[in-house]
Amino acid sequence: MSAPGATGAGFRAKLALARATGSLSRRSGRGGGTTLPGRLLLRLAPDAVARLAVDLTGGSTIVSATNGKTTTAGMIAAALRTVGRDPVHNRAGSNMSWGVATALLEQRGREGLFEVDEAWLPRMVAELAPRLVVLANLFRDQLDRYGELERLADDWAALVSERAGSTGFVLNADDPLVADLGRDRELRRREGVTYFGIEDPEQALPELQHAHDAKHCRRCGSPYTYHRAFVGHLGHYECPNCDADRPAPDVAATAIELRGMDGSRARVRTREGEATLELPLPGLYNVYNALAALAAALRLGIGLEHAVGALAKVEAAFGRVETIAVEGVSVSILLIKNPAGANEVLRTLRLEATRGSADAGDGIDLLIALNDGIADGRDISWIWDADFELIAGYVRRILCAGTRAPEMALRLKYAGLAPESIEVEPSIERGLDRAVAEAESRLFALPTYTALLELRTLLASRGLAAEFWR
Amino acid sequence: MRLRLLALYPEQMNIYADRGNILFLQRRCQWRNIGFDHAAAGPGEGFDPAAHDLVYIGGGQDRDQRLVADDMLRSKRDALAAGIDDAAVVLAVCGGYQLLGHSYQLGDERIPGLGLVDLETVREPGPRLIGNVAIEAELGNGPLRIAGFENHGGRTYLGDETQPLGRVIRGHGNNGRDGFEGVRRLNLFGTYLHGPLLPKNARLADRLIQLALARRAGAEPELAPLDDTLEASAHENARAAAMRG
Repeated sequence: MSAPGATGAGFRAKLALARATGSLSRRSGRGGGTTLPGRLLLRLAPDAVARLAVDLTGGSTIVSATNGKTTTAGMIAAALRTVGRDPVHNRAGSNMSWGVATALLEQRGREGLFEVDEAWLPRMVAELAPRLVVLANLFRDQLDRYGELERLADDWAALVSERAGSTGFVLNADDPLVADLGRDRELRRREGVTYFGIEDPEQALPELQHAHDAKHCRRCGSPYTYHRAFVGHLGHYECPNCDADRPAPDVAATAIELRGMDGSRARVRTREGEATLELPLPGLYNVYNALAALAAALRLGIGLEHAVGALAKVEAAFGRVETIAVEGVSVSILLIKNPAGANEVLRTLRLEATRGSADAGDGIDLLIALNDGIADGRDISWIWDADFELIAGYVRRILCAGTRAPEMALRLKYAGLAPESIEVEPSIERGLDRAVAEAESRLFALPTYTALLELRTLLASRGLAAEFWR
Repeated sequence: MRLRLLALYPEQMNIYADRGNILFLQRRCQWRNIGFDHAAAGPGEGFDPAAHDLVYIGGGQDRDQRLVADDMLRSKRDALAAGIDDAAVVLAVCGGYQLLGHSYQLGDERIPGLGLVDLETVREPGPRLIGNVAIEAELGNGPLRIAGFENHGGRTYLGDETQPLGRVIRGHGNNGRDGFEGVRRLNLFGTYLHGPLLPKNARLADRLIQLALARRAGAEPELAPLDDTLEASAHENARAAAMRG
């Protein structure tokens, strides 16, 4: 085996070949430019990520979570750019090894910023040897792909205990599955761990949601006592048996005001002082993403003022809350992929339906596109864990598209939506056109991941949206 | 008429949106003006087998399933056995299904089951059995097609005299070898078709309601027909997904 680093004629030739594939695949217009070069490179040189990462002399930051990876990484990138640092970044959200490899292959920079799939995290950490790892949350997601949640949490725990001291960690204090990783056997905080969390009791959910994924203490198995929950199982909890309580956050949102689709305002407290965060992205889940990004930015040496300024201007990550005009109707796209994330989107829609816009009286117009591709999770059971009941009574028309459209329509009927307001059109293109034609002035489109790609490609082919790999 | 449902360990055994099954039964009873009682029994809690006509148990994560196996032997086994012998309907899905047998294997360890049906769940080399499934069953009212999704590491083998729930048309079933799926004894049904299995199979859901009501009515009651347009197309689509492989 040759020496590490991007040296050696053989390795350089492989890099050149993989790069050429990327530009070819993009020119053909078929997409796939965000993964194909990396896939090819890894086939030619399986250790390519580690070898290319050696050139990132400023080190790497990794972001992993079930929900919010792409948005959080985008926020950290924005904060880095305000201080003139432009990271190598897999910004299109391709977050398995080939996505990371593609970014390393095609971008130049002093430091790396990578969102990494939860199940790929141990391997990517081993290859990238990052300076900072942000672990934001663990929710039940695509169980057919990841195995069960606790196994994933155990893999993460092994990783943190192995690397604490050499790698810094930013952890969510409000997620017991994640927070506990930052403490050793005696409950002492590990070296280099920063916690973030929400400290505004006003934002608590009225009751624990069904899709509640952390009922038992990771240490002793006793049920946690929850004082309040904010998003899914993220909240204020304690273990009545073994003192594995919620750690005090170093970066906290102390007063939050949610403003529907317009975003939110939050007072934040950090070790470097307090500030007001104006966030142009909706929902409490994006407050969590912003806190994770802020904690990471501070750890990366970006001042509080710069970081807060960058977050105020942050744009939605690819497909996470974009608004695109289609035939005079403004179509807002919000990705849904698992119960906890979908519940937050549904809460935002309900808020939007009651915020007194002109057509709020009749309810909102919706398009849900449910696919069962591998990247969506082939198992669509999760739609019965998501609280579609939240929007019953707030919907004017709802069109179900995608490969599993009939099952989605059925779920809505049992959530209490009027059957006559529900339509089924499996084709995403025809579904979009019909939903747009029938919408009053605004349409909310909720696609799963591969449905989002289809929708985005469709809008790009009509010249309405930029192609996603640009 | 009243359907009296008991959910066992709803806090622990709910990994694949098992609540969808209960919601489905509840709505279909409500729409027919059939009363619906929804009780639950968690860790340490016993129950009166005469007070419930339909008992549901779902799937759990390894840790939860282990806690439940142990607790269930102590606090619920005898009541469940009495209920089954007295024609109570039991629907046991995924992890709940594995618990019904003599034992199941978790890693290298054999965990004792409830021994309510003659079956055994073991580990074998090879991947988890995951994917869409279509089976064909017969629940006393003509051939019944059932569609769903399975995801299990364990392989379940039935004893020679034990009746499966159905035959696999597509998918893996109990063990990926013998073509059987699930188990049936009296009105006890066990299956690997997990999570919201009933929403994909309204005919199966109605059959369970009918059998559960028959227990106290003495005979199987006729169920009022519902507008099942969406239910039928959801079933067809789930089955088509399995047939595509």
